[in-house]
Amino acid sequence: MNTIAENNWLLTALVFTPLAGALLMVLIPEKDERSHKQAALITSLLTLGLAVFLLWDFDYSNAASLQYFVDTQWIEVIGAGYTIGVDGMSLPLIALTALIMPLVFVYSWHHIPEPGNAKAFLILSLILETGMIGTFVAQDLVLFFVFFEVVLLPMFFMIAVWGGANRRYASLKFFLFTLFGSALMLLSFLALYFLTDEGTFNMLVLTENAGAGIARGTQLLIFAGMFIGFGVKVPMFPFHTWLPDAHTEAPTQGSVILAAVLLKLGTYGFIRIAIPMLPEAAEAWAPWIGLLAVIGIIYGALGCLAQTDMKRLIAFSSVAHMGFVMLGIATLTDFGINAAIFGMVAHGLITGMLFFIAGSVKERYHTLEIKRLGGMLVQAPRMGWILGFVSMASLGLPGLAGFWGEFPAILAAYNPAAGVPEGTFRGYMVVAAIGTVLAAGYLLWLLQRTAMGEPSIEFADDPNITDVSPTEWIAWTPLLVGIVLFGVAPGLIFEVTDPAVVQSLDNCIMTGCEGVQTATSAAGGG
Amino acid sequence: MPTVFATLAPSSVPTSSTVTQSANWFLENAWLVPLLPALSFVCILFFGKRLRYKGAELGIAAVALSLILAACAGVAWLDHRDNFVLHNTTDAGVEAVAGESYVAVQNSTQWLQSGGIEFSAGILVDGLSVMMLVMVSLVSLLVHVYSTDYVSDDKRYTHFFAFLSLFTAAMLFFVLSDNILQMIVGWELVGVCSFVLIGHWWEQKPNSDAALKAFLTNRVGDVGLLIGVITLFFAAGGGKTFDTIKINEAIVQGGVSHSALVVASLCLMAAVMSKSGQFILHTWLPDAMAGPTPVSALIHAATMVVAGVFMIARLYPVFFEGMQIGGSSINVMATIGAVTLVFGGLLAFVQNDIKKVLAYSTVSQLGYMVMALGVGAWTAAVFHLFTHAFFKANLFLGSGSVAHAVHSFDMKKDMGGLRKFMPKTYVTFIIGSLALAGLFPLAGFWSKDEILAGTGGWGLFGGTGGNGTYTFHLLMGMFGAALTAAYMTRCVYLTFHGTYRGGHGQHHEPHESGPRILVPLYILSGLAIVAGLANLPPGFQLVNNSWTERFGHFIEPVGSSYFPKIAHATPSWSLAVVASVVALFGAVAAFYYYFVKVDRLAKTTQQSLTELPEGLTESNALAGAGHKTLVNKYYLDHIYERGIVAATKGPLARAAYWVNQHMIDNAVNTTGETAVKMGRSMYDLVDQGVIDAFVDGSGRVSDATGEELRQINSGKVQNYAAILFAMAAVLAGAFIIIFAF
Repeated sequence: MNTIAENNWLLTALVFTPLAGALLMVLIPEKDERSHKQAALITSLLTLGLAVFLLWDFDYSNAASLQYFVDTQWIEVIGAGYTIGVDGMSLPLIALTALIMPLVFVYSWHHIPEPGNAKAFLILSLILETGMIGTFVAQDLVLFFVFFEVVLLPMFFMIAVWGGANRRYASLKFFLFTLFGSALMLLSFLALYFLTDEGTFNMLVLTENAGAGIARGTQLLIFAGMFIGFGVKVPMFPFHTWLPDAHTEAPTQGSVILAAVLLKLGTYGFIRIAIPMLPEAAEAWAPWIGLLAVIGIIYGALGCLAQTDMKRLIAFSSVAHMGFVMLGIATLTDFGINAAIFGMVAHGLITGMLFFIAGSVKERYHTLEIKRLGGMLVQAPRMGWILGFVSMASLGLPGLAGFWGEFPAILAAYNPAAGVPEGTFRGYMVVAAIGTVLAAGYLLWLLQRTAMGEPSIEFADDPNITDVSPTEWIAWTPLLVGIVLFGVAPGLIFEVTDPAVVQSLDNCIMTGCEGVQTATSAAGGG
Repeated sequence: MPTVFATLAPSSVPTSSTVTQSANWFLENAWLVPLLPALSFVCILFFGKRLRYKGAELGIAAVALSLILAACAGVAWLDHRDNFVLHNTTDAGVEAVAGESYVAVQNSTQWLQSGGIEFSAGILVDGLSVMMLVMVSLVSLLVHVYSTDYVSDDKRYTHFFAFLSLFTAAMLFFVLSDNILQMIVGWELVGVCSFVLIGHWWEQKPNSDAALKAFLTNRVGDVGLLIGVITLFFAAGGGKTFDTIKINEAIVQGGVSHSALVVASLCLMAAVMSKSGQFILHTWLPDAMAGPTPVSALIHAATMVVAGVFMIARLYPVFFEGMQIGGSSINVMATIGAVTLVFGGLLAFVQNDIKKVLAYSTVSQLGYMVMALGVGAWTAAVFHLFTHAFFKANLFLGSGSVAHAVHSFDMKKDMGGLRKFMPKTYVTFIIGSLALAGLFPLAGFWSKDEILAGTGGWGLFGGTGGNGTYTFHLLMGMFGAALTAAYMTRCVYLTFHGTYRGGHGQHHEPHESGPRILVPLYILSGLAIVAGLANLPPGFQLVNNSWTERFGHFIEPVGSSYFPKIAHATPSWSLAVVASVVALFGAVAAFYYYFVKVDRLAKTTQQSLTELPEGLTESNALAGAGHKTLVNKYYLDHIYERGIVAATKGPLARAAYWVNQHMIDNAVNTTGETAVKMGRSMYDLVDQGVIDAFVDGSGRVSDATGEELRQINSGKVQNYAAILFAMAAVLAGAFIIIFAF
């Protein structure tokens, strides 16, 4: 049993630094907004520092196995442990989270949303960070569930208190949807606990076990519970309707966190828990996951074309983009899952950036109605170009990050794992490829209507419309650099995730998951 | 340091039979050619505005250096092609591999890894890519110089040069790619540059519309590109490789399933149709003329639009096998090319905008190239790509020079008689037109003649050999030649002859352009004259044999392991003469109409006319209908814009959103409301009815407690949550129990 006493304090520190910062901030009086902003920023920078150290110290030659592993008793009665660790699959997502949060706090420096109260807002954000990082490092189902749920409340309040006009409905919808999914997820976890011989929540053991000893029908049901639980979070069609509302109403920071990290909790759950623990059920469900994924791609894109509100459009685009991620996952191949993880990071950078822009547009124009905007390139040329650049990234332009999530996912669909119907997935491949046309359509159309042309008479002489401000530059530059960097050198992420993904799928072989076996061995031999 | 950063370290490429890693320095390091303009893009972007010439000098310097490097690589290649001997290292020592004379140079480094496989990025240098490097950097340099004058007053001057640099870099990157994944990257990057530069004047909606149309049409083709590449990735080269040479080799060796190649070649053909303006995906190209003229010359005539043709040439085994080119008389590619060359040529006739004439002419000439590849005339197609780049860039830049003087592109309204005002532009334009029309001995004659011979469809005096008997395509090619000569004659008359019709409200006459515009024109028209000599037909008796077929010898990878065994057509004097007569006939007919009849009428009526008042289109119903169809561009844009695009943006998108709001969301809301109702009734029935009754009966509890309870109970969130949670729990629990036991 590995305890924290050994030289593996890093992950624990990473997870709880934000929470410690939040607790400290409770002591600072509410009126002292500046101190709160400083405290939050310093805390998140500290966390980022730890994450950078993690990136530096991580043993990349051994990316397939869990590192900084801690495994101690936590709730002995139910056998839940404080089990944490990081491998190549979770490392990029932890880094993404640690990167996004300081940017959010930098942005918050001048943009605390109505009705103010920086203290509460920032404390909630820090709790969110703990929840998100915790979810990515947890290696025990109970621990995972707790962190997964810790994320829920702060986001609920963020929307319900700092949201737009329709915040009540949106926040409630978000809360209930997620809770509904969580309930099913928890049941699945419990079922796994009771139905495996070991009677444990330890994810390593459950992964090793890979559903052995559980009747096929039961496996399918347990998987279905997780499917809905994680699927709501992703969100997958038809559980997605909370997303546009939540995004539209959420404050900019909330939208950024939601898009950049929160949605990934769902997809991460699929690749960390659902598939490795129940490979046989995954194989049976794969065509359905794939189907919902490609429906999401087309449906999300069509939804985008119908939008009149910029932020809502970006929200709908998430449905389409996460469709590509889910398609990659549904193939149950190393190519597909690598693409999915890349897609998660890329979507985090790109869509996070788009929501930042939407927030800044709202701040300047006091509206996000596409009809009323226009000519941003004239009045705020740099912002207009950034919007153009990020749109290009979002539509999957090769050379920028978005492409490496999209294309390999489409590629993987040509040749899914052996137990998964190939013909069906080739159909999905074509539909997904058509989705890229629609993506270009709605993004460029958005760009044309908001950035190109002459400014409308309404805003032509508005002194409020200024170009990118220094705080915005600081908050945005890392994202923009990341979009280019990972686009040019995709290996930076693929080489971290690949060993872990290959091993995760290999693990199914030992326990007799036929479909995945043939796919990976073919890949290994190529 | 993490090993991730080892990405940049070079890794070896397994050498196949006709590929080498070590060669002349300029060939090994050809990646510098695209790198320089890429660096200049970044530099111009960040501090171009602060420089003395606002960034243009950086772009020109970078592209000039690229041209020098490319030219050195070209010279090195000439030597390499003839003298390089591939050595094979065995245990016994180093021995020469016999019989291999065409050895490509490939160098690559690791790029990314997935599924345990490492993928590399690298350069593939052979005759084809070296030729493209020289051609692209040369035309790009000339366009850069030209632009310093042409867009000198533009408010986004620096930005314009930044994107010229980026485009040049992307195009050079594309032609050097050694794998098809990298080709996708280059392919899309040139598309983005095209988008940005077409929409350079985005203040006006027609320009941004044109930019969007170009990008979206290309995206439609890209669906084919993605699927085609994926199919090749899995089907060819022993599975799971993007390497161009390995894929080609596998196909040449016959180890790839034919049906996979059919799918791949058809899918890639869709991509070619959009990028290289083939009928029916060509409609974006004429609209792309909304961009500045230097952009039209560089991107939409000489370089980017030939990317599709280049891709076919690069992946020729895929198409040669997939389309079954050999021994046939018809196939999809050749037919698309043939239809495009005629339909495009017809459209060029009815344009009033000089750039649109040239745009449709480009469509038509691209049709020639695709048709040539479709009939197996690889060298002819690539040679035509080469010559066309010069004379078409010449014509576009010439039209820009004219527009610079008259501030319009409308031939009928604002031009006419310009030969008096701009004699130098006139001469270069005439040279370009003659070359385009394919008249002896200019560049276009030689390349067009090779294409016609390559069809193998010439039956007179014994045929020309070739890969099949593509008679239909030969006839289309000849008809196209007549059309080309005719529409260029019309264009020249309307622009330069007759009397000047423009100058409304202007106090100065049109004037000849300055040296930065004229010098590129001189160079290009010079090339339009001599470029054809690069590939004189074999057996051409007027020169020494060592002067014939130089282009084909150095460019075509004959005998290499990655090129199919194609047959080579023999040139035919009789075909050359007949084709020339046909082209001349087109020229003469148009000459008679414009230079004789229209001109005479213009002189008698003292007007500057552009056509006869009682033309065929008015007097003949059929001709009128045909004319109307042409003016409406075969109604394709109507179908696309009012049909497909409008339906997607309108009803389809609205329907999807309606489903979202009224069906899915309704279900969600109804569930929520039902839950609340259930909660209420439970509260009313159980809580108020039973418990309260009990409470009431047993005595009064304090008001405060009751109030608190009520608040908790009616707190909606908790209600919803608890009930939903409970419902889900019960439901799932029931299922598990049923199935588990």
